[in-house]
Amino acid sequence: MKITIKYFGILAETSGKKEEILEVDKGMSAAELKGRQIKTYQIPEEESVQLAVNQNLNTEVELKEGDEVAFLPPFAGG
Amino acid sequence: MRYNRQIKLDEVGSSGQEKLRNASVLIVGVGGLGCPAAQYLAGAGVGKIGLIDHDKVSITNLHRQVLYDEFDVGKSKALVAKEKLQRLNGEIELVAIEEALTIENAEKLFNQYDLIIDGTDNFETKYLINDACILTGKAWIYASIYKNEGQLSVFNYQNGPSYRCLFPKTTKQNVSCEATGVLGVTPGIFGMLQAAEALKIILDAGTVLSGKLKLMNILYGTEQVLNIQKRPEEIRKIKNEGIIPFRIVCELKDTGKTYLDVREDFEQPKVNSEKVIHIPLEKLKDRLKDIPDMEEVLVFCQSGERSQEAIEILQEDFGFRNLKNVEGGIEKIING
Repeated sequence: MKITIKYFGILAETSGKKEEILEVDKGMSAAELKGRQIKTYQIPEEESVQLAVNQNLNTEVELKEGDEVAFLPPFAGG
Repeated sequence: MRYNRQIKLDEVGSSGQEKLRNASVLIVGVGGLGCPAAQYLAGAGVGKIGLIDHDKVSITNLHRQVLYDEFDVGKSKALVAKEKLQRLNGEIELVAIEEALTIENAEKLFNQYDLIIDGTDNFETKYLINDACILTGKAWIYASIYKNEGQLSVFNYQNGPSYRCLFPKTTKQNVSCEATGVLGVTPGIFGMLQAAEALKIILDAGTVLSGKLKLMNILYGTEQVLNIQKRPEEIRKIKNEGIIPFRIVCELKDTGKTYLDVREDFEQPKVNSEKVIHIPLEKLKDRLKDIPDMEEVLVFCQSGERSQEAIEILQEDFGFRNLKNVEGGIEKIING
């Protein structure tokens, strides 16, 4: 199934893209997707990165075809 | 007459204007976010505005902190902001607090205001604001900038989620706008959005951005609103244990070199190493004997400006010949 990932903040630089469409296995959880992308792009300090599935911040959900997943790092500039 | 144009709105009216007059807002950090927020709240007639900032106006602030001008460089931000905003609105009370927000003063200060606006540029103070707001029962309006992107939310509003619900764990990479670069308009826009949330809360109008995180990319004009889940355990922890100090400590690779850190005590990240002597710029003259004068000493601060100043003082007034500036400041030391 296909899902869309959006990268925010420094993660757009770490991954080299703002957005990508990925083919993933049916039944994959958001947490599993996070683990996979962390590995793919060697994203440091993974525990600080939050995920939103279809605009809801939560990793405890199973992904479905067409889901949009936001990868959100903390930042503090002002 | 003065507020006529906003009183005309159904959401304001004369009763709303009275609410604004009776309201008090504390702005923590009068920089890229805090300046525009303060300007619009002063203009709107918010009765009391507190301005806390330990920093001085620098020439590199002026592209985004347009409340200040070239004549203000080197002066206290809190004092200059107070003076200028008082000229904008002589009817309101402005309080300048020339200090850093700390664990010691946060709760006492927050108790004197209805609402807190976060104009800070570091994780330590954001967590401190969060915890002190939970303990004093105040809502706070958060914003953060990374390059052309920003985040906005209202935390601890009517039992809503807190900053720790959004980011229970954070990163050691505290990248400021100084380090990454930023267009002046980006914090400007977010500071104004913060002021808008403050007005909505005071007027009890519209929908407050509580439990939501607004993300905007100024460069692409894209926008998203995410729903934040409350994590009651994160809020309970603060209620039970009090403020949890957030410290970013960086280990320094032993290069055999000696460093002199001329930053203030509260500046982050701290560097944890026996090879670092820590003396804030203002105190150098009192602690000359603590500075080695034989071996080479690398002097650093946040950006490289104050350390250059420190070197000039130590060379010209006290004859030191062994000092070298770390251009680029602390980030250079940590990231090489």
